[in-house]
Formats: sequence, C-alpha cells, structure tokens
Amino acid sequence: MAKAALHEKKFKGVYVLYIILGIIVAIGVLAPVAWMFITSIMYPKDLTAATLKLIPDETTFSRYVEVFSSERTSDPAYIFRVALKNSTIIAICVTVVALIFGTFASYAFARLRFRGRGSMMMLILFTYMLPPVALVIPLYKIFNQLHLLDSKFGLIIMYLSFILPFIIWSMQGFFGSISKYYEEAAAIDGASRIQILWYIFFPIARPGAIATGILAFLMSWDEFFYSLVFTSSLNAKTIPLAIAEFNGKFTIDYGMISVAGIIGSLIPVLIAIIFQKYIVMGMSAGGVKE
Amino acid sequence: MTKNVKRLKSEQTYAYALISPSVVIVLGIIIAPMLATLVYTMLNNNMLSGHYGEFSGLSFFKEVLTSHEFGSDLFRTLYFTIVSTFIETGLGLAIALLLNEKFPGVGILRCIIIIPWAIPTVVNGSLWKLIFNGQYGVFNALLLNAGLINQYESWLGDPKLAMLMIIIADSWKMTPLAVIFFLAALQGINADTYEAARVDGAGPFRRFYYLTLPYLAPTAMIIIVMRTVEKFKAFDIFYLMTRGGPANATKTLMYSTYLEAFTNLNYSTAAVYAYLTALIVAVLTLIYVRMMKRGELNG
Amino acid sequence: MKKLLSILLVLVLVFSFAACGSTSTETDSDSVELNALFMKQAGYSEEDVTAMTEAFTEETGIKVNLNFVAYEELEAKILTSAETGGYDVILGDCIWPAQFAKAGLVLDVTDRVKELDTDDIFEGAMQSCSYEGKYYGLPWLNDVKYMFVNKAMLEKAGITELPATWDELRADAKILKDKGIVEYPMVGCWSQAECLICDYTCIAGGFGGDFVDADNNPTMNSPENIAALQMMSDMLNEGLVNPKSLEMIEDDVLSTFAAGNAAFAINWTYQYNSMNDEAASSVVGDGVIMPIPGTDKAKSATVNGGMPLMITKGSAHPDEAWQYMTYISSKEVQAKYSANALPMWKSLYTEDSVIEAAGKEVVEASLVQYDYIKNRPMVPYYNELSTFMQTAIQKVLLGQDTAEAALNAIQDKALELAAK
Repeated sequence: MAKAALHEKKFKGVYVLYIILGIIVAIGVLAPVAWMFITSIMYPKDLTAATLKLIPDETTFSRYVEVFSSERTSDPAYIFRVALKNSTIIAICVTVVALIFGTFASYAFARLRFRGRGSMMMLILFTYMLPPVALVIPLYKIFNQLHLLDSKFGLIIMYLSFILPFIIWSMQGFFGSISKYYEEAAAIDGASRIQILWYIFFPIARPGAIATGILAFLMSWDEFFYSLVFTSSLNAKTIPLAIAEFNGKFTIDYGMISVAGIIGSLIPVLIAIIFQKYIVMGMSAGGVKE
Repeated sequence: MTKNVKRLKSEQTYAYALISPSVVIVLGIIIAPMLATLVYTMLNNNMLSGHYGEFSGLSFFKEVLTSHEFGSDLFRTLYFTIVSTFIETGLGLAIALLLNEKFPGVGILRCIIIIPWAIPTVVNGSLWKLIFNGQYGVFNALLLNAGLINQYESWLGDPKLAMLMIIIADSWKMTPLAVIFFLAALQGINADTYEAARVDGAGPFRRFYYLTLPYLAPTAMIIIVMRTVEKFKAFDIFYLMTRGGPANATKTLMYSTYLEAFTNLNYSTAAVYAYLTALIVAVLTLIYVRMMKRGELNG
Repeated sequence: MKKLLSILLVLVLVFSFAACGSTSTETDSDSVELNALFMKQAGYSEEDVTAMTEAFTEETGIKVNLNFVAYEELEAKILTSAETGGYDVILGDCIWPAQFAKAGLVLDVTDRVKELDTDDIFEGAMQSCSYEGKYYGLPWLNDVKYMFVNKAMLEKAGITELPATWDELRADAKILKDKGIVEYPMVGCWSQAECLICDYTCIAGGFGGDFVDADNNPTMNSPENIAALQMMSDMLNEGLVNPKSLEMIEDDVLSTFAAGNAAFAINWTYQYNSMNDEAASSVVGDGVIMPIPGTDKAKSATVNGGMPLMITKGSAHPDEAWQYMTYISSKEVQAKYSANALPMWKSLYTEDSVIEAAGKEVVEASLVQYDYIKNRPMVPYYNELSTFMQTAIQKVLLGQDTAEAALNAIQDKALELAAK
C-alpha cells in the first residue's frame, strides 16, 4: 500500500518535470515563429525603434491585405501570390513523379539482382553529393538550348534530378526491410512480378512512401538556388525567390518578409502537421534501417 | 540456357525497366554538367585569365590544395557541420525521449515540434537575421531585459560569434527532423524487454544505456550521414544571413565555390572546390557506412 | 557494365541532339523581341521602367520583355546567361563593365557611344563604362553617396555650422557624444559587403587617396589611404561611430538615422526621401543632405554608385538593344522620371521640372557632389580584390590588424591579381 503511494507520488513528480521540459521545448519552437508574426503586424517605425517593445502598441494587418489584394503586376505582393501558385504546382508535380519513379527504382535497387547495380547506385548518390553551385553554369547552357529556362516544367525536372536520388536512397531501406517470405509465398501462388510489386510491396511501403513524399514536397518547396538561376519572370518564380526579392539593393523589408514567411510556410507546415503521424510511422516502418 | 539463368536475365530486364525513368531523369540532367564541370577543373576556365581555354592539367587542384583559403574554408565547414550535427542529434534525442513519454499536452507538442522543419530555409534565414539584428533584434532586447548583457551586441557582426549564430538558426530548423527519426525508432522498442529489465532491477539510466541507446544507434548514424551531406552542401543559409562575413568568419567551401564562380568568374577553381567537396562528402559517407556495418556485425 | 555504359551513351547522345536540334528558332518572326534584365527596388521603380518601355514599343514596334530581379541576384543571372544571350540588355553595377569586357560577356559599344553627346554626361558615370579605352555600356541609373546630417542634433549641441572637413566632423561628433545627445554620432554601412568599399572610397577620396593610378596600377597603400582607414578605425574605437556599423548595410544606416540614433550618416540619394517619410522615420525635417566632407587635400569625395546598361555578347539583336538603351536613357525620358533617380545629363540639372521632381536640396547637393566622383578601380579583377579588401578592412575595424599592414596586404593582393 505504502509502496504504491510512493510510486504514485514519484510518478507525479516526474509528470511535473515532463511538463516543465515540454513547456521549454514548446517555447523554443514557437517563440521565433511568434516573433515573425509580431513583426509582420508591426508598423515599420516600431520595428526599427531603438527600444524594442515585445508587444507593439499598435498593429496593422495592412501587409496581409496587400498580399491578397494587390493587382499591380510589378508589386512584390502580387508576385508573391503568383509564386505561391507556382510553388504549389511545382511541388505537387515533383512529389508525384518522384514518388512513382523513385519507388520503382528503389524497389529494383533493394530487391532485384542486375548488372551494374552497385555502380549505378554509387553514381546516382555521387550526383547527389555534387553541389548545385558548381553545376548551374553548364546546366544553364543546356536548359537554354532545350528551351527549358523560366518554365515550371524545367524546374520540375531540375528538382527531380536531386530529389529522386534522395528518394531512392531513403526508400531503399523500406523495401530492404520487408521480409523475403511475402515475396516467395506470392511467387509460389503464381503471382507475376508486377503483381508482387503492386499487391505485396506497395501496401507495405505505403507509410514509408507518404513520409518520403512529404520530404520530397518540402525539399522542392524549399529549393532556392536553381530557382534563382533558372527563372526570371512570373512564369516560374517560386516562393523562396519571391521572398528573397523583398531584399532590395540597399533595403530589407522585414515586415513584408515576415508576412511572406508566414504565408509561405503555411502550406508546408500544414502538410507536415497533418501527415505527422505518417511521417513517424513511415520512418519506423524501416526507412531508416539502411 | 538453364532455367535459372533465364530467370536472372528476365529479372535483370525487369530491373532495368524499373530504374530507367529515374536514371534517365537524374543522369540525363546531371551527367553532362557533371562532365563539363570535370573538364573545367583541367581546362583553364578562368574567364579573366590570360590563359583562358588552355589545358591546365592538375594545376588548379594544386593551387587550391596548397592555398590557405581552402584549408580555412574546410575548417569552417567542418566546424559548422560537426557542431550543428552534434546539437541536432543530441537535442533531437533528448526531445524525442521526452515526447516518447506520456504526459498531458504531449500530443500537441508532437504536433508543433515539426513546425520549424517545415519552414523554408529562406524564411528561416531571414527570420534569424531579424532576431539577431544588432540594432533592433529581439534577441538583444531579451538578453538586455534579462540582464545578461549590458548593451546590444552585434551577433552576426562578430567573427567569433557569427558562425555560432548560423548554427543556432540551422539547428532550430533541423533538430525536429532528428526528433522525428528518433521518435520513429523509439516506437519500435519492445516494451516487454523493458519491463523485464525493470523487474530485474535495472534503473532508468542503466535501461537507457544498455537498451535504448544501442537500439537508437543506427538511427543516429542515419541522421549523422544525412545531415553531414546536407551541411557540406549548405549554401542558402550563408547566402542569406552573412554572405561569408564578417572577416570571412562564415565563408565555407560552398560559399567559396559560389564566390569563385559568380564574382571572380573563375569556373575552374569553382569546379575544383565542388569536386573536392563532393569527394570529401563521399569519403565521409563511406566511412560512416563502414562503421555502421561493423557496428551491425558486432551487435 | 557494358549495358550501363551504352545506356549512358545513348542518354548523352539524346540530350546533345536535342540540344543541337533546337538552336535555330525565332528567326521567322518579323517583329523583333528583346529580353531585358532590370533590378528591383532601387532608383526607377518597376512602374517607371514599364512605362518607359511601353512608350518605346509604341514608337518603334520593338517588343521588350522585362525581367526584374533583386540586386543580389543580378550578377548570377548575367553570368549564367550572357554567353547564350538569354537577355539582350542587362543592367549592371558600375563596377562590372571591366570584368565583363575582359571575360567577353558584353559587347564593345565604343562606336555607338561616340554618336551621343557624351560631354553632357557626368564624367565619372561615363568613365565607369570604360575599360582599356573602350566603352562597354551606357550609364543609366545615376547615384552617388552623400553625407546626411541630423541638423536638429547639431543645434541642440550648439553647433551652428555643418562640418566641411573630417576634422570638423570628428570634433562635432565628440561634442555630441560628450553632451549625451546621441550615443554613437556617426553610422556607416561597414559590413563585409560592397557597401564597406563604397564608404571607404568616399573617405579615402576625401583624404586625397586613390586606389589605382591613371594606368590602373594599384596604389592601395598610399599614405592617404592609410590615414583614411586609420581615422575610420579611430572613430570606431572612440565610440564616435556606431560599432554595429560592422554588420550594417545601407538600409540599416538609414533606419538608424531615421530612428534618431545617429547625427551623421553616409548614404545614397534614396535616404533623402525615406528619412522624410512620416511612416518610417522619426526625424522628419531634421535631416539635411550635403556633400561628403574632405580634408585640406581634397574638398570632398564620393563614390560612383551608378548602374549602366550593357548588351550581352550572345544577343541576336544588338542594334535594337542599343536603340532601346538610348531611348530609356535619353534626356526626355530621364527628365520625365527624375523623381526616383537623378538624371545623368548635366544640362537637366538646371531645368525647373527636374529640380521640382527631385527636390531642390538634393539637386543643389548633387551639383557640388558630382564634381567629386571617385570610381572604384575599373579593373577586371575588381570583384576578387573587393572581397579581399572587405575582409582586410574589417579586420582593421575589428582591431585585429593595423591599417598599414592591411593596406600593404591589399596592395600585394592587387598586384598579384593584376599579374594573373
């Protein structure tokens, strides 16, 4: 009896400790985001004032209104809105294509025997390790010849070229961890290779695929340097670029950057939160084994 | 032809069919620029040089490898990589262990922990640049209010601090990824083994050291490998926050590559930097993978 | 392995064929279309440029696609696209023409420039487009730095006259600091960036220093240059210059000044409008614009911050590109849009419409200031030199090195780069 009470007491003590630690973590995560939000509704004068007030006396949502209502095509706010659309289209296309092709390839690399498997894998991984900064100059010439500059399509295949290796690398683990037993049993039942892939492997790999898909989406949403070099007009300008453009030659508009930052982060953050369960599930399904 | 060989043959064809779309896209886009860049390393492509277009052999490699610049760039890159990977892995593990427990509010915490990771790098860089601003940054205001500093400090303007500030910014964004990885691994731990150990009288620290840690080691390895590759390639955050300054304190291999190519018009040196970086990363990855394999054999 | 190789080979072939097959297009259209690269958010606004361009298209029938990017991204875009002619007309910084010319990225326009009335263009601006006696661009966006002074603070300290020399300014700053009127009287954009070199050019010029001689030979460690750098470092150490200057760019200088935290600031023309803007400034009406002080060796000095237009080597329509450039930089167009950027034509400074649009005080200050323009070295290796200078000068300002040693090192670096 006494022992149980002691146990309970200790348990409560641990609870309190956990909650305190949890609050610290929550503050660490949320405070910078909160500051970005406060900045986005501050008047410019308060923003650069000598003595900073953590809670501004006056606030303004005018920047948000500007982003969603501006009709002047030269207005950064308008450009940002178009970029939001571009980024969404590009990220969705990249994710879908990368998942389909990447799943095929990673399955083959993980489960099938073929000549050149090791060297091909090495080559693909090495391309991933080469920094984009050095590749863009020759790449620009090629893309120019192929008329792929300043187009969403061009950016999509550009992004695929570094997201696919990443997907292949990480998805391999999922397929590698699936027991051979399923495969053999299905083969004995007379299932074809494609049936095995479709009915056995895809369902098992689904959580992993969702997790990887989200990684792909975020990677393409995040990409900055290729977008910087390969786009010039509203045709294909993406979010990171539009945000960077709030930096003028001599000026940095922190207010607008914060607004753009909040809105530009909304989609990836929502996706990450909604699929959070799948991400954890997908990773534990074996994606991190190899 | 025996049946076995035939089967192997068809398996091979099948495999080629499956990998070909990816291979076409990846290599189709990357192989030509990759080779072009390789050519740049041996053919003088310094657009401002009087020897433009001449064969230069390995002289650019020699020049880069013997320069002080490369050494200090590498040092700074390693410093950034090691410290931030260490923070991300350590802090990530600690937070994951916390989130793996049951207490009120843990569900919400698990949800929000992912937020920094989903925020684009460009936003992250600008956000921290604003926070660390020496004139009106909130970091200064907070520390001053707390009495930790006497006057506003120039966080990104101090060569001794600037890299650390970037590490904080980058770790804030990327630690959640480590948390997720560890959280995923922790879910796979067998609760029965734990209970058995507890019954046997193993305290929480012993349990953690003998049961949890070995189980999490492969995950930690994955995180370290992934992050090392990404950190060596990190460019955006430096471009956005400090542009290599102050006094070169944040000039990494990648930023030097950028400077050589885009402000000095010296594609040859840039290409050498790029290949050396990729080689270093590849070698590090190989070492990690070896260590991982050995660890698995021993375990 | 063989199979792998053959796949690779086919891939490379396919791509190179595709690349070759699509080169000769866009020739059958009768109207010429130009692509132009401009910069966002400084000088002429996007609306201004768009309006100028529309008028040009109406007049000539030549269509121009406008692309606006942030300043920081201009160079990367120009370098990747110049050879292939992705853009016909590019806007560049005045420190680039020499480098672009040497690298063969832009066209020699010497003969075309000769047809213009170059005597009416400010010499410093025209000079920045030249390299080895030839012209590679046409000045368009015109800008120099000025000294901005918070006159109200000086009056509060009982100082009635604006400082004309650095000695006077330093004495005034000391008074302001001692009287507690402002903690750090002066502010500069001295972060590791080009703006540091701009400020140093102004100050060194005021001491009578030059970075290169008439034949482009480096003279970085001249006594004048050393004295100027020494003064910058001293003023920092004495607390007369805001220590945060070491991480500031132009906009931080402006906001410091606009927040009432500085009495002196070196900055570009744009500060004039911003510091008098109620929404962003708390010193409206207190600030004045004036020429940057000098010494007994030079009355004043400023730095050329103009941006010329250039034609890329790969352009398929250089004639039309030139036509477009001369149109948007013509007297008529520059006069019309002088509210956002001062014209490069001397004769326009006496026109009432320009004075009214740009502001009387600004025009008066610039008429004096434009006589003392310094260009940063117009040498092809300037970018690399500048990066080195930024680091070396910052080391001095941080107290890690002496002015003399740093400038000797810069001189050595300049000689080494020149010999390459």
